[in-house]
Amino acid sequence: MSQAAGPLLSLEGLSLEFRGRGGISRVLDGVGLTVGWGETVGLVGESGSGKTVTALAIMGVLPSGALVTGGRALFRGTDLLAADERTLRRYRGSEIAMTFQLARAGLNPIRPVGRQIEDVIRHHTDLGQTEARERAIALLSQVQIPDPRRIYNAYPFELSGGMCQRVMIAMAVSCSPSLLIADEPATGLDVCTQAAVLDLIGDLAQGRQMATLLISHDLGLLGERADRIAVMHAGHVVEVAPTAALFASPRHPYSAKLISSCPRPSAGLADLVTIPGTIPDFREPLPPCRFRFRCERAAPECDEPPLPRIEAGPDHFVACRRPL
Amino acid sequence: MSASVIAQIRHGRQAISQNPLTLAAFLLLGGLVVLALFGEWMVPHDPMATGVGPRLAPPSQAHWFGTDHLGRDILSRVMVATRLDLLIALSAVTLSFAAGSAAGAAAGFYGGWVEKIVTRVVDTIMAFPLFVLAMGIMAAVGTSVANIILTVALINFPSYARIARAEVNVRRGAGYVEAARLAGNSPRRILAVHIYPNCLPPLIVQASMNMGWAILSAAGLSFIGLGVRPPTAEWGIMVADGSAFMMSGEWWVSTFPGIALMLAVLSFNLMGDGLRDMVDPRRRT
Repeated sequence: MSQAAGPLLSLEGLSLEFRGRGGISRVLDGVGLTVGWGETVGLVGESGSGKTVTALAIMGVLPSGALVTGGRALFRGTDLLAADERTLRRYRGSEIAMTFQLARAGLNPIRPVGRQIEDVIRHHTDLGQTEARERAIALLSQVQIPDPRRIYNAYPFELSGGMCQRVMIAMAVSCSPSLLIADEPATGLDVCTQAAVLDLIGDLAQGRQMATLLISHDLGLLGERADRIAVMHAGHVVEVAPTAALFASPRHPYSAKLISSCPRPSAGLADLVTIPGTIPDFREPLPPCRFRFRCERAAPECDEPPLPRIEAGPDHFVACRRPL
Repeated sequence: MSASVIAQIRHGRQAISQNPLTLAAFLLLGGLVVLALFGEWMVPHDPMATGVGPRLAPPSQAHWFGTDHLGRDILSRVMVATRLDLLIALSAVTLSFAAGSAAGAAAGFYGGWVEKIVTRVVDTIMAFPLFVLAMGIMAAVGTSVANIILTVALINFPSYARIARAEVNVRRGAGYVEAARLAGNSPRRILAVHIYPNCLPPLIVQASMNMGWAILSAAGLSFIGLGVRPPTAEWGIMVADGSAFMMSGEWWVSTFPGIALMLAVLSFNLMGDGLRDMVDPRRRT
């Protein structure tokens, strides 16, 4: 497919609710985000801020009880939220792929990992078994798995967490998607493996001109790898900025707190900044700015709807009435 | 492909060597299968012929298991009965495994009205004491081997449906199911390729245990006259035939077919444990 004009993926005002016995939780509220062709975008935020749900909404595999109440998710001009299941199924895996946290749980425990990669390839292409197998083995070696022919026949429990994550990445890129959503690819791995896995994703993305949406709660990890970073808090994208600009001059109080809460070797543990409070209860009526009650700069004007979207620099947007 | 098959065989061998009881079960079962396939040609006497020896003769060199009240050779009859009993049990278990696990898996996966119908059917069957239900059905439909198979299959249907439903339900939200959806698989393919195979170990163990129970059910139905009819050689009938002579001291008429029945049930139950170790790759080390 040729490159259409405009971004590869564009989320516009995505709102989503969870309806359950406890009431209605407005988990996402007007989430806007773009990912350009071949671009790496980081999506950062604390647990429960809606990062994963955003990704699942893009893929169209929301858990039961979740309901999209507004917005569009344009992928190459097609609104994924309005597309039928058949169209989505064709996109999933071949055009948009996703890896997720805890790769071992994401692999079928009783199927050799190579076979699982092969399954995806055969599902989306016309390759025969032998070619698909060769391609799966080639992919395993591309994700730097030693002795790919042997690992092809291994079961997930025989592999380490890092290896499972690599297998999952191999599976995700097997059909050369134009967008890879990597949900917490480094969580649960040791620091060296984290770096290796993220470098691997970066290399693969560069080699294939694949756009990447890197989801993480670790701003430090994204800092070196993302072109742009979107900061999420409680279902809002509070700030989007080129990585360097975000680290140099964060404009949203939450982003600033997040950056200063990254551990640094020069500072002691006591110097680590914490952000007071937790993400609010989504079932309660919330002020336009959901960071309101945790924010040191909050003022009466913050209670006025709507949540603003201020251009703070080139490609730099912040949703705050009193930006830094 | 071939490498994984070889690994599987090696694993199977290892599982057997670790558990001598499993080995015993497999040997016993192997013997039963040989008898079922070739027993007809291995018998010392014609199993149906009367008067091949004196009536009610105790075990001797000429008749190892003795003779019954019509002078038939009990050893020959026990041997040929193996085929019929195994056939009934195997067919019934296969049938209820296939139908029960498919219905249960569909119920657990799709939920909604599919689940309602399946659980109601299962509840209805389970509302009766199963053997009494089997007796009732056999009395209504008449005795034939096909009817025994269908009846035994029906009373075993709930156990597979329930296990399959529960197992599928647990795995419906598993990470690899999510991953399969994200890779663009259709729901039916996810169920067939990713969920169902993961539910097989408990189902296979259930099937193996069930084999023993199915043999007992079939023999039990025949014992009370609702199954296979005399003069067919069948363990249940032979035990029934001999029961009249137990009190007068001719113990061998009932005892030998009873022992055959017990060994068959025992070997299937022991095999169940062994199979569980073999079919579940998570237990491989």
